[in-house]
Amino acid sequence: MDMALPVVNATSAVLARVSAAFNAPLARAVVFGVHIDGHLVVEGLLIAVIVFQLTRKSYKPPKKPLTEKEIDELCDDWKPEPLCPPIKEGARIDTPMLESAAGPHTIVDGKEVVNFASANYLGLIGNEKIIDSCVGSLEKYGVGSCGPRGFYGTIDVHLDCEAKIAKFLGTPDSILYSYGISTIFSVIPAFCKKGDIIVADEGVHWAVQNGLHLSRSTVVYFKHNDMASLASTLEKLTRGNKRAEKIRRYIVVESIYQNSGQIAPLDEIVRLKEKYRFRVILEESHSFGVLGKSGRGLAEHYGVPIEKIDIITAGMGNALATDGGFCTGSVRVVDHQRLSSSGYVFSASLPPYLASAAISAVNYLEENPSILSNLRSNIALLHKELSDTPGLEISSHALSPIVFLKLKKSAGSPTADLDLLETIAERVLKEDSVFIVTSKKSNLDRCKLPIGIRLFVSAGHTESDISTLSKSLKRVSASVLSDYF
Amino acid sequence: MVRLPYTTALTTLFSYGLLFAFGQLRDFFRKFVDWFKAKNVKGYAPICLGLEDFYVRRLYLRIQDCFGRPIASAPDSWFDVVERISNDNNKTLQRTSHTTRCLNLGSYNYLGFAAADEYCTPRAIESLKKYSASTCSVRVDGGTTKLHAELEELVARFVGKPAAILFGMGYVTNSAIIPCLIGKGGLIISDSLNHNSIVNGARGSGATVRVFQHNSPAHLEEVLREQIAGGQPRTHRPWKKIIVIVEGIYSMEGELCKLPEIIAVCKKYKAYTYLDEAHSIGAVGQSGRGVCELLGVDPADVDIMMGTFTKSFGSCGGYIAASKDIIQHLKHTCPAHLYATSMSPPAVQQVISAIKVILGEDGSNRGAQKLAHIRENSNFFRSELKKMGFEVLGDNDSPVMPIMLYNPAKIPAFSRECLRQKVAVVTVAFPATPLLLARARICISASHTREDLVTALDVISRVGDLVGIKYFPAEPPKIAEVGHNKLE
Repeated sequence: MDMALPVVNATSAVLARVSAAFNAPLARAVVFGVHIDGHLVVEGLLIAVIVFQLTRKSYKPPKKPLTEKEIDELCDDWKPEPLCPPIKEGARIDTPMLESAAGPHTIVDGKEVVNFASANYLGLIGNEKIIDSCVGSLEKYGVGSCGPRGFYGTIDVHLDCEAKIAKFLGTPDSILYSYGISTIFSVIPAFCKKGDIIVADEGVHWAVQNGLHLSRSTVVYFKHNDMASLASTLEKLTRGNKRAEKIRRYIVVESIYQNSGQIAPLDEIVRLKEKYRFRVILEESHSFGVLGKSGRGLAEHYGVPIEKIDIITAGMGNALATDGGFCTGSVRVVDHQRLSSSGYVFSASLPPYLASAAISAVNYLEENPSILSNLRSNIALLHKELSDTPGLEISSHALSPIVFLKLKKSAGSPTADLDLLETIAERVLKEDSVFIVTSKKSNLDRCKLPIGIRLFVSAGHTESDISTLSKSLKRVSASVLSDYF
Repeated sequence: MVRLPYTTALTTLFSYGLLFAFGQLRDFFRKFVDWFKAKNVKGYAPICLGLEDFYVRRLYLRIQDCFGRPIASAPDSWFDVVERISNDNNKTLQRTSHTTRCLNLGSYNYLGFAAADEYCTPRAIESLKKYSASTCSVRVDGGTTKLHAELEELVARFVGKPAAILFGMGYVTNSAIIPCLIGKGGLIISDSLNHNSIVNGARGSGATVRVFQHNSPAHLEEVLREQIAGGQPRTHRPWKKIIVIVEGIYSMEGELCKLPEIIAVCKKYKAYTYLDEAHSIGAVGQSGRGVCELLGVDPADVDIMMGTFTKSFGSCGGYIAASKDIIQHLKHTCPAHLYATSMSPPAVQQVISAIKVILGEDGSNRGAQKLAHIRENSNFFRSELKKMGFEVLGDNDSPVMPIMLYNPAKIPAFSRECLRQKVAVVTVAFPATPLLLARARICISASHTREDLVTALDVISRVGDLVGIKYFPAEPPKIAEVGHNKLE
């Protein structure tokens, strides 16, 4: 209380003096004929203070960028991972080396073997007519084409090959690519952009998956070769979605799946596509030259008119015994790819001798349709003989030239399964001179279908080859899988 | 680097603006005409909406005959160009059976192996008869032949690395290898003018991609420091690994990469280097071993060396050369090795023979002659072009030389006039180059003789005067020559 009184007295004294000063005649100045009262000075000061505060920058904790010394320390401390992970113990790394052409009989590591590992479906490897046309091509054009299609890499055999394939299939035009797997992963990004919808089978192989990833569209997978799942996915995507009509929609399927040997039911797919207004991209690498009465592929097999399928792609490294790939469809589809497909524009063109090999192969197929019936009878015979193999069952379609054998009972994990299958393949090769292979997976592949032994049947195999294979396989699998029945 | 004079920039922009305006006008009228005819199948969205293919429809189609010219013989130094005619104003072109023999300045035939060669072709035919045109199988199944193993060893020895792996196509090599080496959580720093295959591979890998200014080690260092200090975006965790991707010779500029400085920067910051030698392997260097030899860089300093066989070896396919561990890892995981048909045996044999010729192991000195030829030819051609006043890009010793055109109208003018005078050149415009920087690109080969080059220079000079692309003042003719003429 004692302290309060003098403080109060001092305050009131100051206040009194201040008000006296304001009310003093001096404060009553006259500026330009306007009376300035004391309170105006206070207001003026307040406005000055407010303006001063507004012009100050708002308070933010100061951003201190890293100094050079700190950046140096961080760079010194940083330890990168090694460029490749260390190799796992016991990984099988030696591949068998061929010493002759990969026909139905070939020489592997010095021994003559029966070859079920090459996708030589029509038996055209070693065909005289094809080799003659290749020799002619090599002598005229050399080996490579030394340029992309746009810059003097278009040779007349390329244009002839494109015309021949289009005529064979009955489409207006086709376009050639220089490598089998680059076909599909260049075609998909050329047509599907960000914002489009793609419905794809979950068992498609890596090249298709890569194309889907590069296209940046929305991808929805449906269950492997299950039409009910496809129908429900399409229904879900289009029901009530008004915007769906303005964006491009695609269904991506393979005709014969490399990972399982199943065949896609094209008539069902075309019916669904017309109902929901989607476009179909069909990957026909393993069915071109195999299915259909005259080898024209899946559309001929199911009796579907070829115009109903929007885009057909295929690699020529299988039935046609050459390399490269093609894509065919309407004129609009093919023309669009000539400028916007990266694997076509930015890459050198197909070597001319491979293009002439393709032309001769298609000619041979047209003149000798009997090789197709050879192939079909071989597949049927193989199915019959392998139907009672101990421990293995055939899980591919009855008409597919890729016969897929998987384990009846799994050994527990994919690595253990792979081990068993590799042991079977090695013993079959060593003891009975039959060359078979298992399906191998890269760690970048997201397909989850089971692995197995893949047999590639050719029209050049004889009945004795097939019986050798089945006897050997039954014997070896009986002994290797004896614990797993 | 390209210096664009102001007046040229203005006129080029004006030309493009005019073309764009006319294109829009025609589109407008096309909309009316199409309204009466329902083109699109009902319910399906069109393959290309409105402006997506505007460039193709309205600009590219006018000059379509300058691109994609078919040929009817091997792409050697002289070849037959097939003539094409158009009945509907360049919208479609039809082949005729008429051909013109022209001088080839466009194919990638650096060492002259494009046509049938006396050493390579008989061996390629032999291997064709033995192994047939294709193995129809992937490398890991039944697609590896003795030829493939021999070539992998030979390539590794040629390039100077411990091991190598082959692929059937150069484009697929880049797109399928980069995802195997780096994934999410890694950083790829690539040159701003890298090839489309590298861009696709980088995108497919899932790693973060950053770009540094073309051929600038200083900017690369800046980007590296910023990225290592900052870490992954948003989480700021440290990067798992960093790969820097550069090319040996940039195909649109003709420049060599500043390799020693870039390697020094990468070593300092512990980043891995990936060198794409598509155009430089076999074409530069004392014995044809590429930019490492030319610029004095030890191959052991570059982590991964990639190259293609299409350009200098006259074949097809690509390779990767690196340490034994990396190659083993790739053989287990690379999808192009596990899922793609193996390289065709005659093509493999062609590369083996070509490398043997270059190394002199075929018993003659043709290889050394070819390498000396291409060096002399490139330097002679480039210096003569510069003397005439053309704006030529690229470094000495590089066999690729772009001549700047700039204006869109000069592209077809140059191309068609040269073809009329029997010289076939390649012109490049948007989108392979920036919009304002259209150019004509010359690729010199070891099989060009001095007379061929003089003919070509003559024609290019005359056409250059007609079209108006001599942007620099020409060097005056030497006084001694004038005196010589006066005496005669």
